[in-house]
Amino acid sequence: MRHLWETPGGVHPPDNKAQSQTMSIGQVPLPKTLILPLNSAFDEVAKASVRIGDRVLKGQKIADIQGKLSVAVHASSSGFVTSIEPRTIAHPSGLSTPCIEITTDGEDRWIESKTYPHYQHIDPPKLCDIIAQAGIAGMGGAGFPSAVKLAIDGEKSVDTLIINATECEPYITADDMLIRERAAEIIKGIDVINCALSKPKAVLIGIENNKPDAIKALQEHCKGTQIEVVPVPTKYPSGGEKQLIYILTGKELPSEALPINIGMICLNIATVFAIKRAVIDGQPLISRITTITGQACDINRNYEVLIGTSVEHLLKLNGFNRERCSRLIVGGPMMGFTLSSTNVPVTKTSTCILAVSHQEMPDSSPPQPCIRCGLCAEVCPASLLPQQLYWYAKAADHERLQAHHLFDCIECGACSYVCPSKIPLVQHYRGSKGDILTARAEKTMASKARERFESRAVRLEKIDSQRETKRESRKLTSNNAEQQRVSGKPPLTTSAEDIIKAAQLRVQTKKISPEKQKAKLERTLIAAQIRLEEAQQRLADVLESGTVDQQTQHKATLEGAKQKVDKTQQRLAKIKLQ
Amino acid sequence: MNYKQISSPQIHKRQSTDRIMQLVLIATLPGALILSYQFGWGVLLNLFISTLTCIVTEALVLKLRHRPINIHLGDYSAVVTAVLLGLALPPLVPWWVVVTAAIFSILIAKQLYGGLGSNPFNPAMVGYVVVLISFPVEMTTWVTPISLLPQGVSHPGLWDSGMIVFAGSVPIDGITGATPLDLFKHSKGLMVEQIYNSNRLFDNASIAGVGWEWANVAFLIGGLALLKARIFTWHGPVGMLGSLTLMSMLFWDAGSSSSPGSPLMHLFSGASMLGAFFIITDPVSSATSNRGRLIYGALIGLLIYIIRAWGSYPDAVAFAVLLGNFAAPFIDNYTLPRTYGHSQRRRATAKETDKNV
Repeated sequence: MRHLWETPGGVHPPDNKAQSQTMSIGQVPLPKTLILPLNSAFDEVAKASVRIGDRVLKGQKIADIQGKLSVAVHASSSGFVTSIEPRTIAHPSGLSTPCIEITTDGEDRWIESKTYPHYQHIDPPKLCDIIAQAGIAGMGGAGFPSAVKLAIDGEKSVDTLIINATECEPYITADDMLIRERAAEIIKGIDVINCALSKPKAVLIGIENNKPDAIKALQEHCKGTQIEVVPVPTKYPSGGEKQLIYILTGKELPSEALPINIGMICLNIATVFAIKRAVIDGQPLISRITTITGQACDINRNYEVLIGTSVEHLLKLNGFNRERCSRLIVGGPMMGFTLSSTNVPVTKTSTCILAVSHQEMPDSSPPQPCIRCGLCAEVCPASLLPQQLYWYAKAADHERLQAHHLFDCIECGACSYVCPSKIPLVQHYRGSKGDILTARAEKTMASKARERFESRAVRLEKIDSQRETKRESRKLTSNNAEQQRVSGKPPLTTSAEDIIKAAQLRVQTKKISPEKQKAKLERTLIAAQIRLEEAQQRLADVLESGTVDQQTQHKATLEGAKQKVDKTQQRLAKIKLQ
Repeated sequence: MNYKQISSPQIHKRQSTDRIMQLVLIATLPGALILSYQFGWGVLLNLFISTLTCIVTEALVLKLRHRPINIHLGDYSAVVTAVLLGLALPPLVPWWVVVTAAIFSILIAKQLYGGLGSNPFNPAMVGYVVVLISFPVEMTTWVTPISLLPQGVSHPGLWDSGMIVFAGSVPIDGITGATPLDLFKHSKGLMVEQIYNSNRLFDNASIAGVGWEWANVAFLIGGLALLKARIFTWHGPVGMLGSLTLMSMLFWDAGSSSSPGSPLMHLFSGASMLGAFFIITDPVSSATSNRGRLIYGALIGLLIYIIRAWGSYPDAVAFAVLLGNFAAPFIDNYTLPRTYGHSQRRRATAKETDKNV
């Protein structure tokens, strides 16, 4: 038996998994339209490679990777591209992002694709490219592009591959059912990944011990391989990447580090399955297993769902009752987010559609004051002090928040789950994280703007002084010529002596003309003041209706104008003193 | 129609602040019953007057602050303050003492700081200390426990108790006397053995004086029940009782004439157990991390012993708790737990620029 480490904290919410496991994985009738989002979970948008009206086949790539964290998109069925435009998708922000809409033709005809049954002989970089071109992203919820994870640069090496099959969120059974029915394919997928990583020393599958059937299936198929199936105690959030690494290896992922920094790679088990399909069968990621559950649906079941199928279509299939439904959740009840409408497509990260009834999740009562009871600190898997974080979040004390390690919060929701005062703690933390990140970005932008302004000022001054010097020397020359004309003396020779004299004269002219300088400075001051007023006006305009970027930019301009005025005033004062 | 938008997590455990407060109230029952049995109707009258005053004060202030009265009264926090205060005050103390203490607790110590959750000091203890300093005579007169009453004398009935409390009638001789802690304070020059032998308070009790030791046992039982129900962690009580035991062992001096009493005497007399399980466990005014609470408890235990042994008051829980409350934010700064992924603990006052902390 492998030694397991225990994470601090954790909670045991009712698991509610049995209801969706009475039936095998179902197939969904082909929907009339498919909406395929182009942005990845990291908001990098793939570049559409089809145009409206194009005919596409199932599995055909319709958008290419651009930027490191974008993910390739494939047509989930055959049909015609009917629109490319922003649509609302299943995303916590509820914002719309560019999507390709495909109207299906009902033929569901596959494109001819290349399969790699002899993947063992392919170089790791090439394997990673195949995985990237198949549009595979983490299917546990975060949606990180898998190929980016697997592409290890020369200096790093992977000694442990961890496959995350914990599925610790209540209600969700998609991974469990996938393992029960397709364990053999999953094990092949692990082998493909092993090749891509040049054979790590250990391969561990972490799975919560509340899935005995799945554990058995995995163990049977792992016989004779180096893969070790490790049942871990059921406790939310043991499926968090950091938590699972600790449970299985006793190592902590340093703050802000990635698993690869300590020689590990963590992949969700559904992702492993998708990699197998992509490499061995040549099928890109166009479908996933999604759990449709909750008391507002008559049927609770797992389905193999084409990416882009609308939630509406799935709910109808399961006898969804709008009246009974209190809220609609994508993902689990601990970390999932709510949908405001059913007219959104299933994405690569949609593990579960949870339509709960009013009895199941009644509307929560308004929050009461925090009494610092400390229950939250007892359940925090990261050993934070949520009660203190809450206090400082309310006070917007960014320094204290960071001293209390706000950014090590994984937003698992255990603290809010146990809070007797029903305070939406995680919401406060998310807000504060956003505020701090915005403040940081603004600070960087402002300091950059200041640098730019300062170097410009230096440059201008240099040009000014050069001009001044030229003017003086020109004046000197013309004065000399004038003198010569009037007095009839021969022109001054340009001996070394004369040059020195001329220079001295220049310096003198500069020194003895404070009036001129004053007048010049006064003109500059007026101009600067005008610019300052203009900048203020513009800033006021964008403060009312402008993006943060614009505001920052105008703030920087204003700051610059202010400095110019101050500087000129100072110089003027100096001259007046003289 | 759109669906409701709610931030995660979507589910919550069925635990509420009201429920926690109710459990605390229930856990005080054994102690309250033993106290009433030992010291008569005065205990219940204290509880009654204090509860009534606290609720009325809380409601009035909430109204002035334009806060929903029902919701905030429904959290039972005012009742908990009232009950703890009522249990701490000496039985048969005049009504205006109780009313003053209760108003101070709720109005000054709690609501003026922002109500539940925002008070830096334990409200009940603030109320108690205010009347202890202001009315020392009334506050240091304790009723004699039932088994020590002279032959033919009993505690006054409900009516007579009411007359004493509300109308200021003078109680008959013999029903008031010194407490065990008083005795130890004022018996300089006697060996512990002699104190035990010479005073009837210890006739039927070997530890901390008849009456008080049983009340303390009852509070200990109630407290352990709360611990079992995970209303608080063991850190605070263990810290306090531990340091109190340690100090009384260090200075026990084998029961010489300068000994302030045995560890058991200190653990089971005065408000030791009430303090350890019901007062210092008030989460609002205590330190917040487990380590912090251990230190906070130990600090209070230490202060209790110092004041009992060398201060001018016989008992010291209230003073010690208030001093502990002062120290709590400071303790919090230095007792952050080690966060996952960090090799060291950090100070709460550390700046972002101190990367190595």
